[in-house]
Amino acid sequence: MNIDSIHNGVVIDHITAGSGMRLYDLLGLDRTDLSVAIIRNVNSHKMGKKDIIKIDADIDVNLDVIGYVDPGATVNIIKDGVLAEKKAIDMPELLHGVIKCKNPRCITGVEQELQHVFRLTDRQKKEYRCVYCETKAQ
Amino acid sequence: MRSVIDILDLSLPELDALIAAAEDIIAHPDDYADACRRKKLATLFFEPSTRTRLSFEAAMYELGGNVLSVAGGNTSSAAKGESVADTVKTVSCYADIIAMRHPKEGAALVAANNAKVPVINAGDGGHCHPTQTLADLLTIYREKGGFTGLTVGLCGDLKFGRTVHSLINALSRWSGNRFVLISPEELKAPSYVKTEALKKHGVPYTQTTDLESVMPELDILYMTRVQRERFFNEEDYLRLKDSYILTPEKLKNAKKDLAIMHPLPRVNEISVAIDDDPRACYFKQVLNGKYMRMALILMLLKEAGTI
Repeated sequence: MNIDSIHNGVVIDHITAGSGMRLYDLLGLDRTDLSVAIIRNVNSHKMGKKDIIKIDADIDVNLDVIGYVDPGATVNIIKDGVLAEKKAIDMPELLHGVIKCKNPRCITGVEQELQHVFRLTDRQKKEYRCVYCETKAQ
Repeated sequence: MRSVIDILDLSLPELDALIAAAEDIIAHPDDYADACRRKKLATLFFEPSTRTRLSFEAAMYELGGNVLSVAGGNTSSAAKGESVADTVKTVSCYADIIAMRHPKEGAALVAANNAKVPVINAGDGGHCHPTQTLADLLTIYREKGGFTGLTVGLCGDLKFGRTVHSLINALSRWSGNRFVLISPEELKAPSYVKTEALKKHGVPYTQTTDLESVMPELDILYMTRVQRERFFNEEDYLRLKDSYILTPEKLKNAKKDLAIMHPLPRVNEISVAIDDDPRACYFKQVLNGKYMRMALILMLLKEAGTI
């Protein structure tokens, strides 16, 4: 399968196979009119299978979202058709406004315009908890 | 602005200092009679309370201060839909310090993030209740002389019982303690309490549904009420509410120096026949709570430069 290479834009590579669509949603790419390719289950020497997202536009992607969904992913910035920069990905200590707390008893469900914030509580288990009620992110 | 939302907001040296201050207040109450003169505490209680609100208010009066009070969400603009953030920004214009109880978990953190004065969490849903823990700690200190080498039984609603979560968090920071978690399967302590407090500090614990079988091991038995207001389903509440009822009969194998504690209010989980037992400490907790709240108000107002 051939996907055109991009001239100026972002390539999110080494996404765990199956996580590409979730990352696409959480990055809000579904709400843009950018040219985006989601390539699923690509053969990979290192990973066996992987997903790739190619964004044909020079935008700032939210690295915290990528670090939350898949800290093993890599982000390559393409300028004038060549690799200009590789961004380091890490699990963010705090995650602002990306996921919502599902606890019906949490203040985030009723307080006006209160941003949902999650804190990394267990790096090994990739576990995040709501800073308000400490409920685990689902 | 320093606020106290969780018992973990207070370091061990600060807990020691608060206990020392409370002991000094008990010994020399007249020395503190004007400590907060012309200062105002706002008690914002959006959920029913007898002890906690009156305890905060008595504490402020005994420090020579004054109290502004909202009791019940229906009597304030919260009933009109005002947010917690707007409420505390408003109250900050009138009061020097706020004590707030709210049914939603995390409401106290929202208050602290928006208030211009210190906020004390007086209970945020099933989440935290740090000043009850301060009352519990002073009681344990006065009954047991310290916080190490204790086998602590926590019994009843360990899932929604915020006082239990806060007490586990607090006592896990001292070494040599062991917890026995006694509850119905449906009301076991949340996993985050076990992982972030007990396992993190390497504190040994066991879980059981049988109170009587573990009774002889306990130095402290902390009973809790199954809280109707935490259930979405009345049937579940009715099924679980009488899971544990402490009677003199059940205490026959208990240690002679067991400390029986309860954050109150009780419904029926401790028989009134136990009230005269010298091991019953729950009304001492009430009094100790006032002294610790006095100590905490003083500490926060001093840190804020208000007194």
